[in-house]
Amino acid sequence: MNIHEYQAKALLKTFGAPVSAGVPVLAPNDIDAAVDALPGPVYVVKSQIHAGGRGKGTFKELGNDAKGGVRVCFSADEAKINAREMLGKTLVTNQTGPAGKQVNRLYVEDGADIARELYLSILVDRENSKVSFVASTEGGMDIETVAHDTPEKIHTTAIDPLKGMVDTDIDKLNAAFELDGAAATDAKTLFRLLYKAFVDTDMALLEINPLVVLKNGHLKVLDAKVSFDGNALFRQPEVVKLRDETEEDDKELEASKYDLAYIALEGDIGCMVNGAGLAMATMDIIKLYGASPANFLDVGGGATTEKVTAAFKIITSDPNVKGILVNIFGGIMRCDVIAEGVITAVKEVGLEVPLVVRLEGTKVEEGKALINASGLNVIAADDLDDAAQKVVTAVKG
Amino acid sequence: MSILINKDTKILVQGLTGKTGTFHTEQALAYHGTQMVGGIHPKKGGSVWTSSAGDSQGTELPIFARVKEGKDATGANASVVYVPPGGAAGAITEAIDAEIPLIICITEGVPVRDMVEVKARLSDSNSRLIGPNCPGVLTPNACKIGIMPGSIFMDGTVGVVSRSGTLTYEAVFQTTQAGLGQTTAVGIGGDPVKGTEFIDVLDMFLSDNETKSIIMIGEIGGSAEEEAAEWITEQAIKGRKKPMAGFIAGRTAPPGRTMGHAGAVISGGKGGAEDKIAAMESAGMVVSQSPAKLGEALLKAIG
Repeated sequence: MNIHEYQAKALLKTFGAPVSAGVPVLAPNDIDAAVDALPGPVYVVKSQIHAGGRGKGTFKELGNDAKGGVRVCFSADEAKINAREMLGKTLVTNQTGPAGKQVNRLYVEDGADIARELYLSILVDRENSKVSFVASTEGGMDIETVAHDTPEKIHTTAIDPLKGMVDTDIDKLNAAFELDGAAATDAKTLFRLLYKAFVDTDMALLEINPLVVLKNGHLKVLDAKVSFDGNALFRQPEVVKLRDETEEDDKELEASKYDLAYIALEGDIGCMVNGAGLAMATMDIIKLYGASPANFLDVGGGATTEKVTAAFKIITSDPNVKGILVNIFGGIMRCDVIAEGVITAVKEVGLEVPLVVRLEGTKVEEGKALINASGLNVIAADDLDDAAQKVVTAVKG
Repeated sequence: MSILINKDTKILVQGLTGKTGTFHTEQALAYHGTQMVGGIHPKKGGSVWTSSAGDSQGTELPIFARVKEGKDATGANASVVYVPPGGAAGAITEAIDAEIPLIICITEGVPVRDMVEVKARLSDSNSRLIGPNCPGVLTPNACKIGIMPGSIFMDGTVGVVSRSGTLTYEAVFQTTQAGLGQTTAVGIGGDPVKGTEFIDVLDMFLSDNETKSIIMIGEIGGSAEEEAAEWITEQAIKGRKKPMAGFIAGRTAPPGRTMGHAGAVISGGKGGAEDKIAAMESAGMVVSQSPAKLGEALLKAIG
């Protein structure tokens, strides 16, 4: 689960991190008060969307020479004018895709006197199974470019989970960032509290790009991108409150209410599968036979008839769907439960496109019998290959 | 022969008294007499669990409050964890402390932070963990731990290792249809931090005399497949080599989106399917383009 920059900074502030003063703007009427609440003379107006590359992004509705999604302003009036221009517009960045994302929220922040920009991220490194700090002196840049062009400028420090952060970890990070004086002193507190924030709130990623050394020698968190481990949300009620549902696809949101793993895609074959690997493989085989999947959907292991019904309704609500493939290899998931769910859903919402069903594994005979007895117009498939060919043929005619 | 488990494996069930634990314990008991020897529940120690389904109907298992107690009383050498996500890491840790040699965690949705701690505790322990978020391990006609459907297996010669549960079933089903059968199938799980990686299992399959060929099924995210490919190449130079086929799920997955499994995401330009396929092919594996042609790919590798 992702949150906005202003939420991330507010969260880090509660752990004691140095962030600039700032005020979020959720509606046009908030703009004047937000800007006037800050001392100036420099203001930064930042688009709040769940995607990076905002500074270099462009607004769809504005001309090509308009400024990007993060604007530095040198008077209160200038900040207000820019905020009005940005709010409600669609920002396209290298991470949003060509459709862009509507900017429904802004963050107006006090400007900072920057001496140096650094890059810091914290994540779980799957190669060593530890929480690791990734540090580089090349802040403000696209870190993937830095990693590709100058890998020697990226330093990784893994933290022993049973000991937590120790002094030698701090020393390594200070050396990687080339910090001294006040900044090195700040770092001792900052890195510990960031680690604590990461662990205590079950973050999956904390990226600070840039972390800055101010002209007065102190450190400040100038940007913050946070995402949380979806598996841990059950024990993070405060984090769940930060969710911005307007950032999410309607169908994905509906699916998440039923605990279904659903991702909307561009194609025209709706898929309902059990298991993430098989769901991906089903997308792959559809592509292999020359068509495209409309979605990724894993109904999971413990799905009930109600869940399967909901999943089927979400698939059929997508106007792009011209055919549906149900591919189930029952282990924990029982084929009869899937069959009942599909039958219930079709009775409720109807079926206007070809439906190919492949069932295998636990309770397969019961599942097939239910489908046969239902009188539904279902194309039965023997195996995965057969199923993929049949659905592609049905859609392409 | 087989790896990890056989007909002598004695299994404790952590989370036996729940719905999932009960269902799959009944299934395991019905599978060629898999030796389920007891259950663990902190508050129900001293009680008795009774199977109410099918072939195993009426079978009774003692419930112990602690894993150590259950191990001492039954001589168990494995445990399977069906405990819900919030308590799964605690259950694994208890099994590690009780020095259970093989712990298999089926639970899906364990927080990554918990697994980071578990992984650190495993490193100097006497236990091996498989999973979490995995379908378990099955040795045909001998022992079933976890949730794999026993009906699709056939005693044979193929070792199956996979990050994905249902794709494990595809590989098993197809090698059964191809007439090869399996020695053991191991689902290592779809999470980014897990107990056992491909290389650990491949090493066991290479050492197992009965295993004549291997299927390895990976998916997008991380670099475990690339590391395995590199390791396979090194082993081949040392003369340790068996015919291998593979498959990578997620060739068509868009970058930046987590595809159901917490570990299945292409991020920072890493973890894409094409790199993995190239690495596996360069290690001499026959990589199937289609998940429906795993059996065929393996037959081709065997030659």
